[in-house]
Amino acid sequence: MGRYVLKRVGSMAITLFVIITFTFIMMHLVPGGPFTSEKKLPPEIERALAEKYKLNDPITTQYVDYLTGIAKGDLGPSFKYKGREVSDMIGEYFPVSAQLGGLAIMIILLIGIPIGVISALKQGTWLDSFVMFFAILGVTIPSFVLAALMIYVFGVKLKVLPTSRWASPKHMIMPTIALSAYSIAFIARLTRSSMLEVIQQDYIRTARAKGLSEGVVIFKHALKNALIPIVTYVGPMAAGILTGSFVIEKIFAIPGMGRMFVESISNRDYTVIMGVTIFYAAILVVMVFLVDLVYGVIDPRIKVDE
Amino acid sequence: MENIDLEKNGQNLWQPLSTEEKDADKIVRPSMTYWQDVWRRLKANKIAMGSMVFLILLILGAIIIPMFWPYSYSDQNLMNANLTPNMKFPFGTDKLGRDLFIRVVYGARISLTVGIAASIINLVVGVVYGGVSGYFGGRTDNLMMRIVDILYTIPLTLYVILLMVWLGAGMRSILIAIGTTYWISMARIVRGQILSLKEQEYVMAARTLGASDSRILFKHLIPNAMGPIIVTMTMSIPSAIFTEAFLSFIGLGVSAPKASWGVLANDALGSFMLYPHHLLFPALALSITILAFNFLGDGLRDALDPRMRK
Repeated sequence: MGRYVLKRVGSMAITLFVIITFTFIMMHLVPGGPFTSEKKLPPEIERALAEKYKLNDPITTQYVDYLTGIAKGDLGPSFKYKGREVSDMIGEYFPVSAQLGGLAIMIILLIGIPIGVISALKQGTWLDSFVMFFAILGVTIPSFVLAALMIYVFGVKLKVLPTSRWASPKHMIMPTIALSAYSIAFIARLTRSSMLEVIQQDYIRTARAKGLSEGVVIFKHALKNALIPIVTYVGPMAAGILTGSFVIEKIFAIPGMGRMFVESISNRDYTVIMGVTIFYAAILVVMVFLVDLVYGVIDPRIKVDE
Repeated sequence: MENIDLEKNGQNLWQPLSTEEKDADKIVRPSMTYWQDVWRRLKANKIAMGSMVFLILLILGAIIIPMFWPYSYSDQNLMNANLTPNMKFPFGTDKLGRDLFIRVVYGARISLTVGIAASIINLVVGVVYGGVSGYFGGRTDNLMMRIVDILYTIPLTLYVILLMVWLGAGMRSILIAIGTTYWISMARIVRGQILSLKEQEYVMAARTLGASDSRILFKHLIPNAMGPIIVTMTMSIPSAIFTEAFLSFIGLGVSAPKASWGVLANDALGSFMLYPHHLLFPALALSITILAFNFLGDGLRDALDPRMRK
């Protein structure tokens, strides 16, 4: 186990290095400098700006500077907002996004898995068809459409929920649902098919035959094994939630990192784009690593040492 | 006793068989090729067939309707701004008085082109990459799959966004960005198929006859892996359409006056509390199309590989 963790940490470092390098190259390939705008700047100011942000250094020096900066947790200054550091901006906006994302993941697991289990146990009944109909609907409706519909119904017509900002728990209801709907539907379908497969196994029959109660059979024997494919999906799910939050935060005017990222794209604020990409990538890479570890723990058949 | 019986029956043995008896071993139904069999199974699946008919009609409509429709997707007429659906404009008009019906139809052109073209690029890259990796095996395979493993942990949507920032918004950039990023699952599936197929006897036969590596790979192995490849491709079309809608939504889509469904939905959001139909039609088109592709993909998977049916 120890050797495996060490190996994975090593490959994680390589992945992050590749990501940083790639992002750096991409953002330096973009035609036009960061200060190219409709209004032409006087050449002296342009030179002074380039001097200030060290844009005249050779590209390799800039790259090394950037890498050492990251090692110290410094992602450079924003090009758009004067006097603001990218790291500070992330520190300010990330907690909101983390709250939204965490809530969404919690809801996805707390609703998606039970729905899938129930619909597998009631296979073929109206309840099953009903749930699966919504599950199919959930994966085909884009989140921004769902968000707009909810704003229209609950915000405008019924006036029961606030339509923007991020303050009280009431503000959190609609964004969280809009963000998690797709994954709830996906997880429900995944749990259902995985559960149906497990329930037919011989060891379930054995468990029933030796007189265990239905609850023990379902939760201790069946669900534990059925959850394995779901754990695999948690990595991609986190990625989905993250990109989904760009859209959701924009619609509900939530001051989170997703909105900041989308804004920085339209502002062409390259250091912010770079910094946020690397930050997100790092979170996801660590997430995938943790999922793999959990995988080894819940399923001893998977040999993590290999 | 026995001898007499035998004599009696022995006579019968020399009688000619009736035609019915003669044809007992004959295979009456024409033998079906694999693809005929697939088509037969697919036809039995009503939902998948319905989806396929819908998608064919959608593609035909997207090609033909703009040719004779009285308005073009860019015709503006401020006198007609923000009309609700009526006889003249079945989907109403947008804030510049453009006919929404033709804009949704035109959006189908763009969304479908993006979905299908990006999937074809994925297909080519993924099949070649996975095929080479699986066929040559050993160190080549190891290295190529290590690269895929690294790419797999990278959040691809972020890279599509970076590519788009670099290339600038527009149709061509979207195709490049989506096409060059999402081939990884295709490469993995093709590699898995090739790994098991290359041990088959016909590959050895082809090699004995002196066929080159590329001939064996492209003429023998990949045609035999076509089933899973087609299913993966059908499933990747809706995700490409989704990605395009997402990119349009964060402002990296096709540029005005052209509009994909994602762009139309995004434009509608600003005023959808007043004019919900602006959002309704493109969103409906997007959802139904994605649903149809999903059903067709499910049906194809069942038809191509009955063992995988759930």
